[in-house]
Amino acid sequence: MLQNEKRIKIAKRIAQELSDGDTVNLGVGIPTLIPDYLGDKDIILHSENGLLGVGPTPSEEDINMDLMNASKQPVTMANGASLFDSSDSFVMIRGGHIDLAIMGALQIDQFGEIANWAIPGKDILGVGGAMDLVAGANRIIIASMHQAKDETPKLVDKLSFPSSGYGKADMLVTEHGVFKFTENGTELIEQLSDISVQELQEITGAKFSYKNEALYQG
Amino acid sequence: MSKVINRTKLKDHINDGDVLLVGGFGMSGTPLTLIDELSVSGRKDLTVVSNNLGEAGKGLGILLHSGNLKKAVGSYFTSNREAVNAWSKGDLEIELVPQGTLAERVRIGGAGIGGFYTKTGAGTKIAEGKEERVIDGENYILESPIKGDVSLIKALKADTKGNLIYDHTARNFNVVMATASKTVIAEVDEIVEVGDLKPTEVVTPHLYVDYLVMNDYEKVGGKYVAK
Repeated sequence: MLQNEKRIKIAKRIAQELSDGDTVNLGVGIPTLIPDYLGDKDIILHSENGLLGVGPTPSEEDINMDLMNASKQPVTMANGASLFDSSDSFVMIRGGHIDLAIMGALQIDQFGEIANWAIPGKDILGVGGAMDLVAGANRIIIASMHQAKDETPKLVDKLSFPSSGYGKADMLVTEHGVFKFTENGTELIEQLSDISVQELQEITGAKFSYKNEALYQG
Repeated sequence: MSKVINRTKLKDHINDGDVLLVGGFGMSGTPLTLIDELSVSGRKDLTVVSNNLGEAGKGLGILLHSGNLKKAVGSYFTSNREAVNAWSKGDLEIELVPQGTLAERVRIGGAGIGGFYTKTGAGTKIAEGKEERVIDGENYILESPIKGDVSLIKALKADTKGNLIYDHTARNFNVVMATASKTVIAEVDEIVEVGDLKPTEVVTPHLYVDYLVMNDYEKVGGKYVAK
């Protein structure tokens, strides 16, 4: 399966987690693909640069680079949208007014602690809104390829990359499966590829539990 | 008295070593004319507080070439490779601040508040050297206010009194930065008479704004380009 198909698979699966009326913040990367798979759902997209109610991409002649999303792409406004400054935007995030944040991660530990801003030994020069979202969003779903480009696992026992805070992810969706985090550790709740659970465990850096009967065998 | 000044007067309001709060998110809401003027001002050892440092050779990025900067405070410098290079060569100090914490530090700087506790960054490298406190069972860290000597902000339209309105997502950091410096200079696309802006649409009230400078860029295809 091509890399892009895997990313789309992850985006489609996460789209199923969203319910009518949810206010959702989408991070860069895979999360930006999700709006294409929402169907008729009434989802309110929040962009931390100051827009609640992000609409579709504008046509070429309607582009205004002072109407953009946090990934700096031109957007439109959905019906009922509102505009505000950065301080208000982070009141929404920090204050727990965002139902769900969907973001990428460099690593995630067995309890859902997230590392998504810095790699040890590399320049640490960008954090953006990641830590605010980790601290403030009511629910966090991590959208990520199962392994990093160097094939090291993203899901690990213990983070070796710098943590993004005490806030925990509720769910991780990769091209191979859907994982849920609880205080007891990680549970695989759904398989999204045809590799066996044993094979999946071998390419994962943390032990996960699963209930055989509940697993969809892709 | 009109607040409108010529762009060339900018340097009269800025001293070596000043802290400048500069609005913008990426290239949106960035005072391009004021930054151009700053780059030829000869002022040095400046600290710039801004979410990003523009892009390579664009926006605040040009100050890396003109040599006015000592330090940058912001949340995301990765978008300008030249800023990263300047930092690794030791030519630029960088203080990394989570985006929401940056906005709130500036907000309280302008609001006369001496600090705030936030969950953002607790338990991370950002917390190093900061007071930690448990409030209602959760970990918080103490963050300090940010105040500037001069704020350089970008609005869409002003009246001659200095009331400001903004283009869509171009409010970003401009609104809080308008409150947090001793001198506030706003670059605008259009200046109208007092009374022409509806009180219901004004975002930044005039009392925060000291000077207005006309934007020398024009919007073509949704982007600002040099005239």
